[in-house]
Amino acid sequence: MQMIIKGGHVLDPGHMDAVTDIFIEDGRISALKEPESKPSGDNMSDNIPGDEKQTDRIIDATGCIVVPGLIDMHVHLREPGEEYKETIETGIKAAAAGGFTSICCMPNTNPVNDNRQVTEYIIRTAAQFQSVKVHPVAGISKGLKGQELSEYGELKAAGAVALSDDGFPVSDSQLMRRALEYSKGVGLKVISHCEQFDLSGGVMNEGAVATRLGLSGIPNAAESIMVARDIALSDFTGIAVHIAHVSTKESVCAIRDAKKRGVPVTAETAPHYFTLTDEAVGEYNTNMKMNPPLRSAKDKKAIQDGLADGTIDMIVTDHAPHSIVEKEVEFDKAANGIIGLETSLSLGLKLVEDGVISFEMLIKKMSKNPARFFGLSNDITNGSAADLTIIDPNRAWTYDVKSGYSKSKNSPFDGWEFTGRAVFTIVNGRVVFEI
Amino acid sequence: MTWNRKDILDIASLSVDEIQLILNTADGLKEISQRPIKKVPILRGKTVVLFFHEPSTRTRISFDVAAKRLSADSISISASASSLVKGETLVDTAKNLEAMNPDVIVIRHSSAGTPYLLAKRISTSIINAGDGMHAHPTQALLDMMTVREKKGELKGLNIAIVGDISHSRVARSNIAGFTKMGAKVRIAGPPTMIPVGIESLGATVFNDMDEAIDGADVIMMLRIQKERQQRFLFPSEREYASRYGLTLSRIKDSKPDVMIMHPGPLNRGVEISPEAADYVNSVILDQVTNGVALRMALLYLLAGGMRHADDH
Repeated sequence: MQMIIKGGHVLDPGHMDAVTDIFIEDGRISALKEPESKPSGDNMSDNIPGDEKQTDRIIDATGCIVVPGLIDMHVHLREPGEEYKETIETGIKAAAAGGFTSICCMPNTNPVNDNRQVTEYIIRTAAQFQSVKVHPVAGISKGLKGQELSEYGELKAAGAVALSDDGFPVSDSQLMRRALEYSKGVGLKVISHCEQFDLSGGVMNEGAVATRLGLSGIPNAAESIMVARDIALSDFTGIAVHIAHVSTKESVCAIRDAKKRGVPVTAETAPHYFTLTDEAVGEYNTNMKMNPPLRSAKDKKAIQDGLADGTIDMIVTDHAPHSIVEKEVEFDKAANGIIGLETSLSLGLKLVEDGVISFEMLIKKMSKNPARFFGLSNDITNGSAADLTIIDPNRAWTYDVKSGYSKSKNSPFDGWEFTGRAVFTIVNGRVVFEI
Repeated sequence: MTWNRKDILDIASLSVDEIQLILNTADGLKEISQRPIKKVPILRGKTVVLFFHEPSTRTRISFDVAAKRLSADSISISASASSLVKGETLVDTAKNLEAMNPDVIVIRHSSAGTPYLLAKRISTSIINAGDGMHAHPTQALLDMMTVREKKGELKGLNIAIVGDISHSRVARSNIAGFTKMGAKVRIAGPPTMIPVGIESLGATVFNDMDEAIDGADVIMMLRIQKERQQRFLFPSEREYASRYGLTLSRIKDSKPDVMIMHPGPLNRGVEISPEAADYVNSVILDQVTNGVALRMALLYLLAGGMRHADDH
């Protein structure tokens, strides 16, 4: 089984930045060659080394950018337990369509992924589709209840790649400290959902828009207080902590300062936080409701600045499918969360177009940095697994949520027009998505 | 002007002309309630559903009386007596009501925005009778009617609203309404009860009540809810009353013709002293009387043929 990706501009930040043909054999990259210009009068058809008859597929990537497969380290797949919102299969399809070759799924399923059985179930189920790689994130605490540590050793052995109580903060600071320490021994990193419950409890960002709409607010400090705590714990223990879905200016400032001091903190944000503000809630649009909430214009700017100066390391989707049953209700009652797998890259490309970050930085934040976080290598190099995303930066398209792959339709970006998207997603040398 | 609005969801979306038409219509209908036989056949054969999800006495009865004085049939349902307790969604309940062809649905709900949700999903006219902390347009309209009746016009007046602004839909709608009509609105209350960004609605914020009411033409007191004490918003009713309660001495320090208003229900002795509530300049009961006329006006405008004549 051989595949050739021809004529694409291969961009692997830090390693490669040139028009290169990629040869793939048995799921791995077998050769990287500078394309030879066709000598006139040469009878050899395409200058392909080896026997051309064995080539099963040639992908013409002229005008496209070939990058290391995108990794979304913050996804909710809902299976097991809430298959009416999303299944591992539909989530994988949405991820593939968004250009992702690997995704990490959060443990707030039913039952919760705080044990070997659920971790193994997710890995086994995902593997049968031979598509996007699914890496489970397991609970920091049993049942995500914030009272006892999960069995990290067993979870790691089962295939969990990180720990998070996502959806719930670890309110108990002692538990958080011990989780950091214990997880270090096992070799799993902790991802922290920062939210101080005493201060949160509202349904949208606290500010003039919430005041006008009469909705209860969630202040920025509800997030940044716990970011500051986790930085203090990371500083004190010397153990890395990763801050999930950063949404506020104050969090960005705290993380920037901590990084300057050498604290081993990393951070992610999601496209909606650098694209939308709380004004988007409009007349109580529940597809604009998520946790943390859409913030002010000042926060959006700070998130963009944080991406640009490296304070924020990763862009994740926080893909959170909910059905119409949870969304077509009173705003107060509506579930938090939006889907994002199919729009993330294009929203990132908008940032590039707007001059906020470079294309190379975007790929770092959507691929290289997540890979490094998990200790994976996804370099485009001889012998490595052929997990590749081919991006056509000029492809104009309109997102129609109804024809999307996710089982749920709760996107704030329905009908948006984009320039640029993934046109091929390749996992282990197999094309899992093409358009 | 012609009326072609399907719903009354908030004050912000009403134009000055529309507000004037509503107030003029209410002024005209007020007299019906003073007749020996308080009923006219304007809305005979029309159906008004009063869909109240939150406890309400004054507003629900006011709408009920308004509908009956115009000869409409009114039906009252509450959340506890509806299918909502059986797990039906609000939208489904509303669609079922719509299927019975009422002309107007009056909704009160504890969640902000629910009248918008219904207005988008059903074709029946919706009147917002209070949604969470968001809006209470009929209260604001009856307040504007009452002030206009006594003061002649709203333009240039100074209106002071005092109390728990954060949790008050009455305050929000009155700020929107009075500023739209050219009055100036000052608000006062403990900083714990002044929501972020309220200035963007057009109000000027005072933390000192005496400054806010100094020179005011109208003082509107808001009800203080005892359960807020548990959320650390104020230390005690006693302290609240001394710092933000309306007393006779505070009234005497303000303009001689100052109007005292309160949307009810009163906590006598907390936000308003008994003497202040019963003070000669108090229009608290006029507000209730005008509430019926104002709601008659809205039912008439929405269901009384004007809209349908203008609609295609």
